[in-house]
Amino acid sequence: MSGRIHSLESFGTVDGPGTRFVVFVQGCPMRCAYCHNPDTWPMTGGTVMEASEIIEQYERNKPFYANGGGLTVTGGEPLMQIDFLIELFTLCKERDIHTCIDSSGIAYKPDNTEYNKKLDALMELTDLVMLDIKHIDPDKHKELTAQPNDGILAFAAYLNEKKVDMWIRHVVVPGITDDEESLYKLGYFIGQFTNLKALDVLPYHDMAKKKYKELNMDYKLQDVPPMDKNLIPGKKEFILNGIRKRREELGITHHN
Amino acid sequence: MRPEWTDFVGGKWDKEVNVRDFIQRNYTPYDGDESFLAGPTQNTQDLWNMVLDLQKKEREAGGVLDMDTKVVSTITSHGPGYLDKSKETIVGFQTDKPFKRSMQPYGGIRMAEKACTDNGYTVDPEISEFFSTHRKTHNAGCFDAYNPEIRACRSAHIITGLPDAYGRGRIIGDYRRIALYGIDRLIEDKETQKASTGRVMTDDVIRLREEISEQMVALKMMKEMAASYGCDISRPAQNVQEAIQAVYFGYLSAVKEQNGAAMSLGRTSTFLDVYAQRDLKNGTFTEEQIQEFVDHFIMKLRCIKFARTPEYNQIFAGDPVWVTESLGGVGVDGRHMVTKMSFRYLNTLNNLGPSPEPNLTVLWSTRLPEGWKKFCAKMSIKTSSIQYENDDLMRVTHGDDYGIACCVSSMVIGKEMQFFGARANLAKCLLYALNGGVDEVTKKQVGPKYRPVVGDVLDYDDVMDKFIDMMEWQADVYVNTLNIIHYMHDKYCYERAQMALHDRDVKRYFATGVAGLSIVADSLSAIKYAKVEVVRDEDGIIVDFKTTGDFPKYGNDDDRVDEIAQDIVHKFMTAIRRHHTYRNGVPTTSILTITSNVTYGKATGNTPDGRRKGQPFAPGANPMHGRDTHGAVASLSSVSKLPFNDAQDGISNTFTIIPGALGKEDQVFAGDIELDLNK
Repeated sequence: MSGRIHSLESFGTVDGPGTRFVVFVQGCPMRCAYCHNPDTWPMTGGTVMEASEIIEQYERNKPFYANGGGLTVTGGEPLMQIDFLIELFTLCKERDIHTCIDSSGIAYKPDNTEYNKKLDALMELTDLVMLDIKHIDPDKHKELTAQPNDGILAFAAYLNEKKVDMWIRHVVVPGITDDEESLYKLGYFIGQFTNLKALDVLPYHDMAKKKYKELNMDYKLQDVPPMDKNLIPGKKEFILNGIRKRREELGITHHN
Repeated sequence: MRPEWTDFVGGKWDKEVNVRDFIQRNYTPYDGDESFLAGPTQNTQDLWNMVLDLQKKEREAGGVLDMDTKVVSTITSHGPGYLDKSKETIVGFQTDKPFKRSMQPYGGIRMAEKACTDNGYTVDPEISEFFSTHRKTHNAGCFDAYNPEIRACRSAHIITGLPDAYGRGRIIGDYRRIALYGIDRLIEDKETQKASTGRVMTDDVIRLREEISEQMVALKMMKEMAASYGCDISRPAQNVQEAIQAVYFGYLSAVKEQNGAAMSLGRTSTFLDVYAQRDLKNGTFTEEQIQEFVDHFIMKLRCIKFARTPEYNQIFAGDPVWVTESLGGVGVDGRHMVTKMSFRYLNTLNNLGPSPEPNLTVLWSTRLPEGWKKFCAKMSIKTSSIQYENDDLMRVTHGDDYGIACCVSSMVIGKEMQFFGARANLAKCLLYALNGGVDEVTKKQVGPKYRPVVGDVLDYDDVMDKFIDMMEWQADVYVNTLNIIHYMHDKYCYERAQMALHDRDVKRYFATGVAGLSIVADSLSAIKYAKVEVVRDEDGIIVDFKTTGDFPKYGNDDDRVDEIAQDIVHKFMTAIRRHHTYRNGVPTTSILTITSNVTYGKATGNTPDGRRKGQPFAPGANPMHGRDTHGAVASLSSVSKLPFNDAQDGISNTFTIIPGALGKEDQVFAGDIELDLNK
């Protein structure tokens, strides 16, 4: 089974726990205004690679990924190539490799039973999903990404039901996603899930501008300044407050 | 047992000079973390501020604060020098005051003169006259023996950076011996050695007897120099302060007499820890006092200076001394060799701030204790001042008492030494192969008139054949040149201080080196996997290339090109091994041009990989900048595939990474929601 691969990174340190082999897949339906990999959007192109080829590359340098690392598939949107992922993760699990998917959740449709059967199978092989929720508000989400967020939020619930560990990632963009209310609401939403293991709040940066220029594409956030990373702990606190509130209401206890 | 050795476990070491045996029987591995460490004392801070002030003045003065132009530097040539005598717990400078550079003309009088004039000083005319007329130097000796071919290769930079006008360095004395045995015992030992030489006076025996005599003179001078500072090193050290001081006096003696390309310290920390443990146990000193001794010792090492020319500084990108100290590692018995003293050495980066010197080098093994690994990582992130070397690889051939000279050259302390050999420019050699020995920059016939490449498109097999032939020739000239250099260095600029702290019969590595490996690998890969057309100038010399199509590039864990790199290293080493080497030196090679890659690039024309004329080479065994597109692990993996057996003098990889790329900041991402919520 082959997949469309954008690129491979042998030393991933920010895409999941430990040092990871990171597979960037080609193709994504989201059109996030701040996406720093717009070259991964088209569903065609990339390099066609067999799952076994990827595993072979991982195996060559596996000592680097010992001690808590593993393999992460990101993109692009990994869940657009679910058959490929099933094969890749099957091979991973045969070798006891920690598996992680970094996803926007956009591929999930609660009523697509055929797809969801495959998803169930994939989740059996998945140790961690990093779910990137771009915006909690449906309209603002659409404005920011050109896609609705109902399926994405449903995907979080699905992961919870499947008891797959989940990290929530959220990019804080000045003037777009940095208001207290939205952040609190996001926290309140994810506060209901017991599979939530970590919250990764990322400051927006504009380093992708150059890439857009090279690709002759418009950069929608032209006038938005990068997010001051010193403000991030404060922004994160708004989300944490939402989580605390929801957990309190539901009687979910903090456990250390 | 001597009274100074009370509480030590005896063994072979108390009957013969055997520092390793002493360490193995007495050291205490430390498995804990850094929490025991002490900060800087007030005296340390005061002294360090004085050094910072002198550094500032030196920079303002254009790089040199003061130079000696009258006194030829020897172990005893200068009276004692201090920063502030009342505050220094470890004493000694190269001349009679800090930051005053000594004059060392034995390597070459012209270099010594130039080092002065370029910095606004003039060597005393009597000294110039003496070393031009009455006393020959190493440099003069080399040029007396060089043939036209060697001179041509030298000026065309196909062989480059040769130590024929400056000290070769790379020899590490076992400075610990002075602390453990005292000078008197070492002189006795040398007397026994001299008496044990062969009875038939062949060249070898005569030379050895003369050298041992020189060594004994050096030992006596060390004692005298120490006495001028009020220290008695004739007997063994009685405590850790005396032990550090004795080690430093040994090292200081070496740098008073040798302005070497790398003057490394060895592997002293675990040795010294034995004394520190004893003193802590007996209540002789507190942790704070011991850290102060170490801080003052390291401070002195940071003040080592040589008189050098701007050209020298250009080759080495600055004014490095390479005071390399090897830390940690694992013993052959399986116990790791990390001690509290290893931590104290790294702690100087906290107490005095980051610094490239001394070059603190961690001998890394997967079996090092976690506390030490974590501390190393933390200090690397904080100071970017630590070098790492693969102990698991080197221990196999060198055991557990080796040290690193310069950046990667490994040698057993006191038992092995190296003849430093600069490097062969392989990228230029490839161009010579294409042009039948004609230099692509000067258009002169430098190499042999082999048949040049004909036709417009390069053929891999044809180029490879020609390249191997040209490499054989390059190796010939190279080894011949080095044989002359080391003969003359031994004759006119012998390292008596360092060699006094070696065994009688040392193993000599005959080091060679290569530059431009990644360029050659990528060039050959381009020829093999893409289409490379040549561009000839009006004289028919190939001066440029047109490459169409993509090709695998070294640095991406791609065997198609990585195997070419491995093959070249092996073939080069095979060519070197074929030769007679001076004093039966064991040939090795290195891939380690950490700084001089810029200079070598300047002298080399366009290459088939797309690199432009004058563009720097990649440092050491690094892939060319920007061509490793699969991330750090793939890049490191290409480098790690190079055969250590064929490059025993070391393979270096310069790795720079922004902290953000090493993972998330703790403040932003703790990685555990429960911890976040309970903050």
